[in-house]
Amino acid sequence: MTVPTADVDDLQAAVETDGAIEFDGLRLARGEEGYALETPESDWSGLDEVELRDALVTVREYVTNWRYWQDSIGGDGTARRTFLRWCERAPLADEIDRLRADDQSSPAPDDYETLAVPQRYEILRDGFDREWGQLCVTTRLVDSHDVDERAGERVYDLWHVDDADTDLADLEVYDDPRDAREIATFDEDDRYRPLKTAPTLVSGWAFTGLSGDELVETIEFFYPATIANWHRELRGDLDVDHWLETAERQTGIYDVIDELPREAVDWMAEACCVDSQCLRRREWQYEAGDDLDVDGGDGPFPCREPCSLVVAAARKWTVLESEDERTYELELTTSELNQLTELIDAVAEGRTDEIREADVYDGANRYRARYLRAKRFADDGSLDAREVDE
Amino acid sequence: MQALVIAAHGSHLNPDASDPTYAHADAVRETGAFDEVREAFWKEEPHFREVIRTLESDEVFVVPLFISEGYFTEQVIPRELRLEEWDPDLWESDGTDASQVTLEATDVDKTIHYCGPTGTHDAMTDVIVQRAESVTGDPDVGDGFGLAVVGHGTDRNENSAKAIEYHTVRIRERDRFDEVKALFMDEEPEVDDVTDYFESDDVVVVPLFVADGYHTQEDIPEDMGLTEDYRLGWDVPAEVDGHRIWYAGAVGTEGLMADVILERAADAGADVGDARDAIRAAANVAVPDGGRDADAGAGTGD
Ligand code: SF4
Repeated sequence: MTVPTADVDDLQAAVETDGAIEFDGLRLARGEEGYALETPESDWSGLDEVELRDALVTVREYVTNWRYWQDSIGGDGTARRTFLRWCERAPLADEIDRLRADDQSSPAPDDYETLAVPQRYEILRDGFDREWGQLCVTTRLVDSHDVDERAGERVYDLWHVDDADTDLADLEVYDDPRDAREIATFDEDDRYRPLKTAPTLVSGWAFTGLSGDELVETIEFFYPATIANWHRELRGDLDVDHWLETAERQTGIYDVIDELPREAVDWMAEACCVDSQCLRRREWQYEAGDDLDVDGGDGPFPCREPCSLVVAAARKWTVLESEDERTYELELTTSELNQLTELIDAVAEGRTDEIREADVYDGANRYRARYLRAKRFADDGSLDAREVDE
Repeated sequence: MQALVIAAHGSHLNPDASDPTYAHADAVRETGAFDEVREAFWKEEPHFREVIRTLESDEVFVVPLFISEGYFTEQVIPRELRLEEWDPDLWESDGTDASQVTLEATDVDKTIHYCGPTGTHDAMTDVIVQRAESVTGDPDVGDGFGLAVVGHGTDRNENSAKAIEYHTVRIRERDRFDEVKALFMDEEPEVDDVTDYFESDDVVVVPLFVADGYHTQEDIPEDMGLTEDYRLGWDVPAEVDGHRIWYAGAVGTEGLMADVILERAADAGADVGDARDAIRAAANVAVPDGGRDADAGAGTGD
């Protein structure tokens, strides 16, 4: 591999403009005694133009790396660029510097360990994997034999994490980011997924050869706004809106949700915002200084405020919670009481489909449920219970 | 850099509710007029609340894909976009003439050009007429035809009826159809009695709704007597009381809607180049689509 002349020209032009450049371990400055060039592995000084060009060839990976980030990706300080750098364990520049200066304020992303350019090129030749929710991003260097002009260019493949070992030939292959919308719309039982971060993304597809921009766009369709909020969190300026703020802001039919009792908000978070139901990590609490008891989960991307699904459900719960509790009397055997527990649990865990037809040992078995209904329901189809006067 | 955000309702229950939004966003994307184009929703993701931060552009044009000015355009969207300086009076509108207002979003360092809804733009009149053309398959439809523009009614939002009346009057002034009437679901004149209001044998019925859903695919066809049961579908045209009713379904699914979106953004100062020509060219060759799938219904949720 050689260094494309255009890259060297661009690099030199940048030094003429700025006096010096410093990027990912590459330092190049123009002084009175000629050029000074430095990488972690080597350094030169007093180079004339011809010597500089020769020297640049020996550190060509630094040169093509510089070109890729400054030219192909650009967007200094943007979430898009930071995410793509995270994808290959590149230093996150400003973000990481800030984290070093102030470790306390927010966690580095998953014990983030950065790699220098030669090591990165090494792993990128084979393709380097990163997980983002149920997505796996593979970053690779473009085979540079026939595209010398774009040496150092990266491309990105995107898969479902469950397809890590699946042959590409067995997957549906896409290259238009917009196709992600369709894939994300239904779960494997063809049911609509209104919550994009529900852990029910179907597998069996792959996006291949995406550019950096296309990768970010594709992820935006799968998991909207997750990169933007992750980036804000990384910079320490994630703006969290807690439950009460969000609830009080609502108008129209949602105006009532700020009346949802404090403890019900805990139950709601436990119902909706745990890892088994949503891959966002809930960062919102009841209000600042009043944390919910439930753990926010382990998702890589933060949830900064209750989503529209939770707000809609909260309206229902607010109405339900406004009812008074009463005491009822009904006849049940101990096993029947236990069976009610099993039924509720099976529905809550989405397990009903898995219960085998003949598995009458499971309280949530359909025949068991039908038997209980036949035995204990009144003629009007309701549970035969009597309200007890206190 | 300039970005376009199309703000729509969406649904937790019905995946089809967002289809027109995606289709129009894609049509605008194809023109390349904006550096970024993003769909945003009240009930889907990205939510209004989060959408602006996903953009790199400093200039953002937000066009509500809604039929009328009212609760969503005046309260919900500006609030959720965190346009703190917003006040409905800034639009200086009487219900149908909101154009745009320029504001800062407080959670991001961006200038937001908040536009009036697509439904009240003058270009929407063309979309209604285009809808009549595509449902009849006749680019010259008009002679011998009546046209009914159908809206929800005043119980929800008085501006909704204003938008319907507004376009009805504009189409009537063009003298293209023999009769043009505004009909409603929840107030007089009611769409149930559509044939009472027309003398023409042929009547095109265009509901001024953004997306097909419960009202356009269940309520209205059954109320008009096109079908006993919406699940059985209906013919286009269908015979009702001696009239042929050409029922068009939601106008918002018409390809030309993308043109209205561009018009709104252009009115607010966006540089759309010749994108409108491209959209109009594409929309005019659209294949007439009068039929429907019997299973396309289901409510749009709340
Ligand atoms: S509010 Fe809960 S369910 Fe909704 S996105 Fe956040 S973590 Fe997920």
